[in-house]
Amino acid sequence: MNRIEEAFRNKKRPLLIPYITGGDPSLDKTEGLIFALEEGGADIIELGIPFSDPIADGPIIQEACNRALKKGASLKKIIELVGRMRKKTKVPIVLLSYYNPIYKYGISSFIEDAEKNGVDGLIVADLPPEEGEELRKLCVKKGICLIFLLAPTSPPSRIKLISNKSSGFVYYVSLLGITGIREKLRDRLIDDLVMVRKFCPKPIALGFGISKPEHVKEVLNIVDGVIIGSAIVDIIAKNQENPEEKVKLFVNEIKKACKK
Amino acid sequence: MQRLPDKKGRFNGFGGRFVPETLMSALIELEEAYISAKKDKSFQKELKSLLSSYAGRPTPLYFAKNLTKRLGGAKIYLKREDLCHTGAHKINNTLGQVLLAKMMGKKRVIAETGAGQHGVATATACAMLGLQCEVYMGEEDIERQRLNVFRMKLLGTCVHPVSSGSKTLKDAINEALRDWVTNVGTTYYAIGSVVGPHPYPMIVRDFQSVIGKETKMQILKQEKKLPNYLIACVGGGSNAIGLFYPFYNLPVKLIGVEAGGKGIGTGKHAASLSAGEKGILHGSLSYILQDENGQIKTTHSISAGLDYPGVGPEHSFYKEEKRAEYVAITDKEALDGFLLLSEHEGIIPALEPSHAIAYCTKLASRLPKDNIIIICLSGRGDKDVAEVSKVMQNE
Repeated sequence: MNRIEEAFRNKKRPLLIPYITGGDPSLDKTEGLIFALEEGGADIIELGIPFSDPIADGPIIQEACNRALKKGASLKKIIELVGRMRKKTKVPIVLLSYYNPIYKYGISSFIEDAEKNGVDGLIVADLPPEEGEELRKLCVKKGICLIFLLAPTSPPSRIKLISNKSSGFVYYVSLLGITGIREKLRDRLIDDLVMVRKFCPKPIALGFGISKPEHVKEVLNIVDGVIIGSAIVDIIAKNQENPEEKVKLFVNEIKKACKK
Repeated sequence: MQRLPDKKGRFNGFGGRFVPETLMSALIELEEAYISAKKDKSFQKELKSLLSSYAGRPTPLYFAKNLTKRLGGAKIYLKREDLCHTGAHKINNTLGQVLLAKMMGKKRVIAETGAGQHGVATATACAMLGLQCEVYMGEEDIERQRLNVFRMKLLGTCVHPVSSGSKTLKDAINEALRDWVTNVGTTYYAIGSVVGPHPYPMIVRDFQSVIGKETKMQILKQEKKLPNYLIACVGGGSNAIGLFYPFYNLPVKLIGVEAGGKGIGTGKHAASLSAGEKGILHGSLSYILQDENGQIKTTHSISAGLDYPGVGPEHSFYKEEKRAEYVAITDKEALDGFLLLSEHEGIIPALEPSHAIAYCTKLASRLPKDNIIIICLSGRGDKDVAEVSKVMQNE
């Protein structure tokens, strides 16, 4: 069984899924950061592939992409990095990318290399299920979870479609907008999640704007996982020399919130 | 005529809808609204009336006698889109889209702009139809197109400078998409070219097709025959598709002229079809300029309106099936075209169609005198005068 599916099946509380941009501030640091995330309590790690034009991302992750690209990060190098990590850790790793780097790599060679190097799942920010059928079939063949996104604008018909096409879990975008740190969760979020649950039998992980322990506590009983990105990437941005310890502490704070 | 795009928004594989899920419902809603507007007689009547009484259509098809004589070959006609209200073909599209926005009950319109022409045209349509308008524009373009920035402000539009990436059109589209994702319920995104996710390439093509439809009638009336060549500049490619589309099934050669910048060999250009490869940018599969890792390249062109690393998917389709030929013209050649038309025809063209003029100077003299070339003169050059004078002083 895929490590992601296993993690959700065995979970006793919502899974903690931190995100970092691969290669930010450098590929070497990313290795250390993956360990820091795991030690802090990450159940699954989301590793971003930097892209020149990240239309779904706010300034924090845009900047992280720029730093990573300047240091020479690429999809190929990040897959290889996962391969190196796989010898040292079993934590499930999901790649989060925009579609063009994957398309340019060639989707079948990408899925082949991803599987060989121990990638467990894949999220593509600008690939709705209508355009993702070819990639999905390849993922199914290689046992990689392809996770599609759901948004507050998705009507029941699309919730069903996306739930049906996703494997591992479904990524629910908590808000209308781009990634970033937010003060509060959206007003109608809990009601919407209740509605989504009705049409989506797969595990649901909540992302976008989830920035602090209080946010996690609010959704504890209704989601299967929480994804924290910008808040972590912001810590990395502000501590580029030694981000590991601070990232670990922060992830651990969130982990505690997952338990209560 | 062949009915493309297909239901999935594809032009034989090109196009599609590569967007975050948040926008999917909005694109489906837009497609439905557009299809009903297309059938709605009162919508079509209002658009037609605005195009004539407000935008100044039909625009003339002008026989460029001096240019023809000077080049000594084919007869050259200019489709005078520079005479449209606001000074470019962009208004054909924005009147259509802003009317559509109004019909859909949207109160706020956003747009991206490169040269500022689409921004001005959107601001104009919004001012007249009473909608709030905000425009995203790269900082580098703000610098080189100051006149248009001020025009937008006069029209009551807020211009948001974009400082990310290359600070040009590509980044303005990124920022407009980020705004749309955030305000999708209340906001209409008026894209300025035949790019973006389905249904935009279709909608913009349809609204711009008025250029080709008029041209066809005018040339048949004036010359009693079809032209041999149509030439238009291609950034995203809206004026070109607008001219080409009604001639798709006719025996007329179509030539799209891309921005060759400092020369294709230098890598400093914006010629996606001439020097790019297939990829996904801004929601559609088309020819794009990218590096070996699938990162989008920064582009260069003297003209802000062509300075874009992608191109409309329908052009990729035309290229692939060899229906049109795509060539590149350098900054320097475009500048020569700009000066040539100004001096000999008394028409100061925008730098974008100056690329088409420059290509015509290479082509016309090789052709027999009974051949006809029509150039889409997509916009006037007032906006470029300051930039051109700067470039000429530096030389």
